Amino acid sequence: MTKYIDQGKNDTRSGYGEAMTELGRTNPNVVALCADLIGSLKIQPFIDENPERFFQIGIAEANMMGIAAGLTIGGKIPFASTFANFATGRVYDQIRQSIAYSGKNVKICASHAGVTLGEDGATHQILEDIGMMKMLPGMTVINPCDFNQTKAATLAIAEHEGPVYLRFGRPKVANFTPVDQKFEIGKALMLSEGTDVTIIATGHLVWEALIAAERLEEQGISAEVINFHTIKPFDEEALLKSVEKTGCVVSAEEHNFLGGLGESVARTLTVHNPVPQEFVATQDTFGESGTPEQLMEKYGLNNKAIEKAVLKVLKRK
Amino acid sequence: MAKLDELQDIVVQTRRDILRMVHKVNSGHPGGSLGCTEFLVALYNEAMDLKEGFDMDGIGEDLFFLSNGHISPVFYSVLARKGYFPVEELNTFRLLNSRLQGHPTTHEGLPGIRVASGSLGQGMSVAIGAALGKKLNGDDKLVYSLHGDGELQEGQNWEAIMYAAGNKVDNLISTIDRNGQQIDGPTEEILPLGNLKEKFEVFGWDVLEVAEGNNLEAIINALKEAKSRTGKGKPVCIILDTMMGNGVDFMMHTHAWHGKAPSDEQLENALGQNPETLGDY
Repeated sequence: MTKYIDQGKNDTRSGYGEAMTELGRTNPNVVALCADLIGSLKIQPFIDENPERFFQIGIAEANMMGIAAGLTIGGKIPFASTFANFATGRVYDQIRQSIAYSGKNVKICASHAGVTLGEDGATHQILEDIGMMKMLPGMTVINPCDFNQTKAATLAIAEHEGPVYLRFGRPKVANFTPVDQKFEIGKALMLSEGTDVTIIATGHLVWEALIAAERLEEQGISAEVINFHTIKPFDEEALLKSVEKTGCVVSAEEHNFLGGLGESVARTLTVHNPVPQEFVATQDTFGESGTPEQLMEKYGLNNKAIEKAVLKVLKRK
Repeated sequence: MAKLDELQDIVVQTRRDILRMVHKVNSGHPGGSLGCTEFLVALYNEAMDLKEGFDMDGIGEDLFFLSNGHISPVFYSVLARKGYFPVEELNTFRLLNSRLQGHPTTHEGLPGIRVASGSLGQGMSVAIGAALGKKLNGDDKLVYSLHGDGELQEGQNWEAIMYAAGNKVDNLISTIDRNGQQIDGPTEEILPLGNLKEKFEVFGWDVLEVAEGNNLEAIINALKEAKSRTGKGKPVCIILDTMMGNGVDFMMHTHAWHGKAPSDEQLENALGQNPETLGDY
């Protein structure tokens, strides 16, 4: 299988911050909004260089989404950022009416998604955001896998006309995608070709999938790993082409199995080519306090869980 | 300035449009629409500095956001009579495949509308965003918004009210339609708003109260005064005391017509009180 090297662990939110700095220099229409979380979102350099293009909204996410919608009128490209929980569930109706239904070019950039934000616990660990956002007509949903890809995705969405939900996280995770890789919205990336099973992964579980695939190779199992950084629009072609060859799928995401990437996979398979699928995802539960590693272990979101799911799905072929 | 009697003709014709629209589909919100007719006619035909045609960005012209989207009938009529879209299209209000949805939306591409509204409490935030955009663009035109008084029970408004004052959004004129009524009854019984003027002032807004919110001349003067107070470091609020159902005797002094259409006989009676001026659609 194709080998990938961790260029050094880094947090995806810093990829967002770096891209914002770059966008501040290259795109005068880009403006940033934040709800009292500048440090967590890593956007201080953008603010230092473009103070007039930054809006500190305070702890008022509903107002932030409305202001972002209003800023698009007049041609600005607002990047509204906060924690994923407060960027989605807390303000769902504001996003629905003022942004999605109104067709506004707002980029909702959400950090600290999933259980891996860690010790803060379940109040902050949203596992339902992908589902909520993908159900909104016209919303693009992106969950990049590492620092480099988050940076590339942030740059790419500035060029995309329409509302976007960009989801990333708090912990430092493996950084393995090429530094200059162009990000194509809606185009899944083939990472490693295989013949026995397809692993469809998103976010930092892509790295876990690669580790699992290596271990499976040692057992004589050839796994194809595809990075589904974009959940909507969903790259049906990439999935179906792979499944044609392998005949079974494991989906992997740091999200509830209800509403997430796995469900988009299942829907596509049901309609076009029903083959066995196993879900690596949280099982309709809230999270809890702990370290990211402990939580990934307990909630079945690591390479071991993916390996186990592959062995299970192979038996169902 | 357009002559008062010309504006009055638009007001009466707009009332007819509202009544006929809601009657035809037996749904919609005539009460609040009639209460804000004079205001919206004055705003669009007297106060706002508007460009020819419509584009979403609205650079170099004043903008208006209707936050209490349920009074779409008056908004649609005023926009159509101002030339944003054919007056005949009012005939499609709330019908399948219409651009005139029950609540206003950009989704169907109706000229004059820059954001969807209907789920209450969101319009002031959007108006603030548009006002900030104007400042960034070096555009010295103004942003207007209209809100129901009952709508202020939604908490997002107070986030927006705090933000606009704290950040000196002084190119914004937000009007509160204080008709004192909401679906379930008088606002002061449902959830008291208390002294709105003091509330806005203590948040840092410059506030004007207009006791005669259905008097064209009073509205025009208030809008002129409000405009003169922009650019001075504070957002401006107009608290407009209006009469729900104004211009139709049996729809006044009650909240019964918040979201109810008149019967055939009631329509005839109401239209009789407002004889055609500019021609029905």
